[in-house]
Amino acid sequence: MYFPMTKGIIRQQKIAEVKAVDGVNFFIRKGETLGLVGESGCGKTTLGRCLLQLIRPTSGEVYFEGVDLCTMASDHLRSIRQRMQIIFQDPFDSLDPRMTAGEIVAEPLRVHTRIRGRELREKIAELLKIVGLDPSMKDRYPHQFSGGQRQRLGIARALAIRPSFIVCDEPISALDVSIQAQIINLLEDLQGEFDLTYLFIAHDLSVVRHISHRVAVMYLGKIVEVANRDALYRVAKHPYTIALLSAVPIPDPIVEASRERIILRGEIPSPIALPPGCNFHPRCPIGVEICQKEIPSPREIEEGHWVACHLA
Amino acid sequence: MGILLQVRDLKTYFYTDAGVVKAVDGVSYDLKEGETLGLVGESGCGKSVSALSILRLIANPPGKIVGGEIFFEGKDLLKISEKEIRNIRGNHIAMIFQEPMTSLNPVLTIGLQIGEALELHRNMNKKEAREEILRLLRMVGIPDPERRIGDYPHQFSGGMRQRVMIAMALSCNPKLLIADEPTTAVDVTIQAQLLEVVKELTSRLGTAVMLITHNLGVVARHVNRMAVMYAGRIVEQGPAAEVYAHPQHPYTIGLLASVPRLDKPRKERLVPIDGQPPNLILLPPGCSFMPRCSYRMEICSKERPELRPVGDGHFTACWANMER
Repeated sequence: MYFPMTKGIIRQQKIAEVKAVDGVNFFIRKGETLGLVGESGCGKTTLGRCLLQLIRPTSGEVYFEGVDLCTMASDHLRSIRQRMQIIFQDPFDSLDPRMTAGEIVAEPLRVHTRIRGRELREKIAELLKIVGLDPSMKDRYPHQFSGGQRQRLGIARALAIRPSFIVCDEPISALDVSIQAQIINLLEDLQGEFDLTYLFIAHDLSVVRHISHRVAVMYLGKIVEVANRDALYRVAKHPYTIALLSAVPIPDPIVEASRERIILRGEIPSPIALPPGCNFHPRCPIGVEICQKEIPSPREIEEGHWVACHLA
Repeated sequence: MGILLQVRDLKTYFYTDAGVVKAVDGVSYDLKEGETLGLVGESGCGKSVSALSILRLIANPPGKIVGGEIFFEGKDLLKISEKEIRNIRGNHIAMIFQEPMTSLNPVLTIGLQIGEALELHRNMNKKEAREEILRLLRMVGIPDPERRIGDYPHQFSGGMRQRVMIAMALSCNPKLLIADEPTTAVDVTIQAQLLEVVKELTSRLGTAVMLITHNLGVVARHVNRMAVMYAGRIVEQGPAAEVYAHPQHPYTIGLLASVPRLDKPRKERLVPIDGQPPNLILLPPGCSFMPRCSYRMEICSKERPELRPVGDGHFTACWANMER
């Protein structure tokens, strides 16, 4: 069963056009995790929010379980929202500091269902247990939890009304290393138990590789490469992907000493002043003349492996 | 190579309404001239506070360096006068921080900010300083320095601001550069660029570097020796290659096992460290790591282990003996 497909989303501002997401096409299969990687300003967070219609895209289509969300009326969208949820990066910011853990987790149930009273209390306890929190903590406030525990609360809230699709927007970047693995394992377990589909947005390539089935790489509003997880990490074809992989340090001094490093020149350009032709050409180590003139279209170079590069 | 810095049993506590936070609780390490030492640990382990203590940059109240000695070029930095330590800051020991936007002055041009250190410590006049600033900006790879010297911090990207900080820090050719999470706030491709700049310049100038980070990959790539911190103490230290190949402390072992690696086949399941980070006000008796440790024994809850040798220059603070 197929999932969303988006085309041509351009976000406009009054003075200039910030092409946050600029003509993006992809799909996610049911039960799959699509990893979305890229550095700051590439548009990955905007894309995640556009899918859920938290930001209404400028143009394009997002097909969710066969229906285009972009043309849907608000009240219909509201009911579809039960099927799609989001987990945010900042476990401090994304929880209301004036609500208890129990209230936070109960809120989606109160909004979308008629479940109340004892049944609601039981559901809250069940959700807290599912994410590894002690149900007796339901009367505590967010500031009384650690970062990792707050993130678990965010996950419990996202699960409350049994969605089929969850956008995980950098869910572990703000957590300590030793806690990250706990949350990753939890997300994987939940995916198996509840048949969830994830869009996993992150900049940490090692984590993305671990949790994803397929990975898409974004640069300045465009997807430059999509492949199965193993193919991307073994035979990446886009020069940006290759440089990105090279820049990720590996926790092993002996391996590190023998690695080839590709250090990109220059800075990430602003999405307001995009270079002509291929977005990446000013920093590309192998760019040639055509790259400055023509925007490369994505081509399928192997089954399931797409690259947007003139030289791939 | 001579020993440049010796930290001996440093203790820095914070006196808060909730209780006494023992941020650094008996930390000792050496740094040789020209060496790069990695100080590794997660948030709250005390790595930043120990570095700030070296330069006596701990806000008092509520913080206080309550014990220990820090020998730099033969002098105990904790005992010298305020005037003497000011002469050392930015001059013989320099520091760069995680968030360049908050550590650079937003209302001064970068030329003025770099020039400040030059005029103060190297007695340059405005003309000499300008020449030197342009040289430094070129050295750290800022394009078009003649134009950028009059720009303000907000006119630079994060990576460029960090390069300005590096230029400022190296302007007086310090013996020691302390880099406190210098790349945590920047993207991975920019991180790679910045760390290469620091490495290239410091090896050229012979500067010793203390690199503070929670990123085990960064440490593997850029340091000679490392010290792993947990709850205000060093739990393991030694040559980086040795510690990665044969970690001895359960915390180090746990950290290395929990991090996915790009170069290895994908593990079916990550192996996290159980439990939560410690509460520094209510540390358990005995070993601070014990509540989360899968190797714990009875003695661990009673007596706190000290660092003991387990290899060539390799030390661990643990009662258990690990296989090598």
